[in-house]
Amino acid sequence: MLLGRLIKQDWGRSILLGTLGVMCVVVPVANLLVPEDSAFHVSTYTVTLLGKYLSYALLAMALDLAWGYCGILSLGHGAFFALGGYAMGMYLMRQIGTRGVYGHPELPDFMVFLNWQELPWYWFGFDAFWFAMLMVVLVPGLLALVFGWLAFRSRVTGVYLSIMTQALTYALLLAFYRNEMGFGGNNGLTDFKDILGASLQSDVTRVVLFVVSAIALALTYLFCRFVVTSKLGRVVTAVRDADDRTRFIGYRVENYKVWIFTVSAVLAGIAGALYVPQVGIINPSEFEPLKSIELVVWVALGGRGTLYGAALGAVIVNYAKTWMTGAFPEVWPFALGGLFILVTLSLPKGVVGLVRSLPYWLASRVLYMYHKWGSLIRAKFSH
Amino acid sequence: MRSCLVVVVAAGLVPCFGLEEKSALDASFQVTVDLLKTRSFGEKAEAARAIAAHTHPRTLEVLTALLDAELYTERKTDRVVFANGLDGGGFNIRDAVTGEGLGQVGRRGAKKISVNNRLRGLLRGLIAGIRLDDKDPDDRIAAAEAIADGADSSMRAVLDARLLVESDANVIAAIETALVVFDLDANDETIRLRAIRASASNLDGRVREKLTGISNDPVASEAIQEAARETLESIEETVARYKTIETVFFGLSLGSVLVLAAIGLSITFGVMGVINMAHGELIMLGAYTTYVVQTLFPGALEYSLLIAVPAAFFVSGLVGIGIERGIFRFLYGRPLETLLASFGVSLVLQQAVKTIFTALNRPVSTPQWMSGSFELLDGLSLTFNRLYILIFAGLIFAALVLVLQRTRLGLEVRAVTQNRAMARAMGIRSGRVDALTFGLGAGIAGVAGVALSQLTNVGPYLGRGYIVDSFMVVVFGGVGNLWGTLVAGLSLGVANKFLEPYAGAVVAKVLVLVFIILFIQWRPRGLFPQKGRAAES
Repeated sequence: MLLGRLIKQDWGRSILLGTLGVMCVVVPVANLLVPEDSAFHVSTYTVTLLGKYLSYALLAMALDLAWGYCGILSLGHGAFFALGGYAMGMYLMRQIGTRGVYGHPELPDFMVFLNWQELPWYWFGFDAFWFAMLMVVLVPGLLALVFGWLAFRSRVTGVYLSIMTQALTYALLLAFYRNEMGFGGNNGLTDFKDILGASLQSDVTRVVLFVVSAIALALTYLFCRFVVTSKLGRVVTAVRDADDRTRFIGYRVENYKVWIFTVSAVLAGIAGALYVPQVGIINPSEFEPLKSIELVVWVALGGRGTLYGAALGAVIVNYAKTWMTGAFPEVWPFALGGLFILVTLSLPKGVVGLVRSLPYWLASRVLYMYHKWGSLIRAKFSH
Repeated sequence: MRSCLVVVVAAGLVPCFGLEEKSALDASFQVTVDLLKTRSFGEKAEAARAIAAHTHPRTLEVLTALLDAELYTERKTDRVVFANGLDGGGFNIRDAVTGEGLGQVGRRGAKKISVNNRLRGLLRGLIAGIRLDDKDPDDRIAAAEAIADGADSSMRAVLDARLLVESDANVIAAIETALVVFDLDANDETIRLRAIRASASNLDGRVREKLTGISNDPVASEAIQEAARETLESIEETVARYKTIETVFFGLSLGSVLVLAAIGLSITFGVMGVINMAHGELIMLGAYTTYVVQTLFPGALEYSLLIAVPAAFFVSGLVGIGIERGIFRFLYGRPLETLLASFGVSLVLQQAVKTIFTALNRPVSTPQWMSGSFELLDGLSLTFNRLYILIFAGLIFAALVLVLQRTRLGLEVRAVTQNRAMARAMGIRSGRVDALTFGLGAGIAGVAGVALSQLTNVGPYLGRGYIVDSFMVVVFGGVGNLWGTLVAGLSLGVANKFLEPYAGAVVAKVLVLVFIILFIQWRPRGLFPQKGRAAES
């Protein structure tokens, strides 16, 4: 039954999972085994870039779960992403050990620089990988749980909720910019050396991180798919479409919303944790409200409420960004701004919606032509 | 003929006579200045007093040079000279009495007339005593303050003398403060006690310092100490009160900026249900309009703001109408989509401004009448630009309330807000109303930009800093309620400024944000929720 639900035929899903599967094999081979002068060689830079796109895709999918299926438009999902990233960053900072610029046995460089005497209590435990991974899940999850519980219980919805989530990430942005917070202030956490004993600079580690990202994205997709096709997912969709009616039928709408919001935040945190070791830095700019809004556009462009559409949108926009900020940096804001407007005005269902409607449109054209010309032909032959 | 002769003779005589007079003065001054050539600091002090009492025009220069360690004796001639050190190590010297240049001497050609700290204090007092007769009242105030700082009781007579002829109220106040400072050190207990009592309303830092000293001085009698403590307490109270008034003023000033930034948003968000993320950029356009107006009319700087206000209203208003007709029109009833689209608009506007004006901040000047500050009470001054912006925000708010309550457009706007379908049925062209309302909200954003150009840097990202705050104000006050926006903006501004001393600027802001987030849980529709059916959708 469950298996049947998961493997039920859907083009988008097949393409997504197929692509990820192929990439998991092709990219490592092309990077590690194919010689560098070959045309088929994939540079480590590209591998890392692809890995970054995949973690963004995971983030977009997390938002799509909340927005596309439950109607919670969060303008602060970047905050959960960044919190997950910071948890990972703290683990990576602890791994530097005495190899920092100041070579302090206990404190990270920025704390030595600020004359801190001892490690703040909230840094304890981050030496252990399992603890850091727990925090990657727990910190965003708890924040979302508390925030969601407060917000949904008092029926803060729609626009109000969006603005509140924006305030949340803005408040965190301001707080994390402060040196006193103990998270490296303006500069954030960087200069990472290794993860689980493997050097972050080596090609193999990069490839492994890429593969892990791809697998995580695939698993996330299957998990989200499982959630939205479950009975709970049906209720959640009902909440999205008619909040009041679902409540009147007798469902505790706020509980469903809190649940979905929390799960989505946890996934965003995981995306952040995958992002940081590949990019090599985490700083407060990840909390910028702009980033969270951009994230919404990825989902909107790809097509909300489809999961794979969100991943597609994330990759398209970020690829365009990488390309354009390199080639025509002045044009990029115009392009991104134009994209926002275009998507909302003409592509309400995103690229996926467009592709899906294409066969129908073609069919309708064909039928129309057949009808028109058919009558013409008939008229000709009747004479 | 005879009178002619007299004139000629007189003309010949006058300069001669003048010269003689001058050289006599120089000679007596020379004697006084030469008194400085002693090793004893006590004798130097006497000499300095004598110089200060002299009528020679160069007394001030000599004393200043002595204080600044630029007064030397030339070794060869044993003359007192002004010496300016040269790069090579030698000196450029001038005669101290006549002021004529004497060329250069080597490093060892001149010897400094040394002074100690005690002498320095005295010199400052003496110099101030001379400057106390200056024409400029500000200089006289500075001189009186310098005398109070020096606390040389020999200067008392100078102050008393000046007080008799002084007419400027501010200078009199400064002199009286200096006298109180002297009296606080008096040996006579009654004078001291009187001075302590008299200083109760005095907010001068020196008086406070003296009083603190006296209240902890074991030598002073119990009564004096007690009186000093009481006076000090009353002064502290006054200072605290002024501090509070000042904080409220700063808070209201910040609040008025928030109200200005948010009130246009309140209209578009509340009345029309669209979320205009480009609102901050409309503010920015207003600020840039101010810059353009000032660049186009460099001569009319004083009136530039008066021109910029209507200009910014039109520029931002037209852009706003353009946005409404081009984008928002198709998105009514889908607030989340308007949010995304308008965010796109904001990116485009930012980049457009960057392309036209470069990414650098543009300089916007402040007219004369807006700079400076206004002294409300002694020790409590408010800067003009903040005061004017506070008043300006009030005017804009009043104008907006009038437009919405008393005009045809306002009536139609309110009708469409309450029930669009019904309003249309009654013959109101809702499309036109939408465009005009949006134009109005956008125009006010532009006007806010003119005000902001006087407070912050004018750059492409000016608006970005205000957008989250503006939304907070609107949501906190209750959407679609102008009075709510006013109350919310001002109270958030004041709360922010009161938190700042305890928590620092950033944490204060974070606390305010957290407070609003929690507040919305408690009252999801803000302070003043809209009543009726419109609130439900």
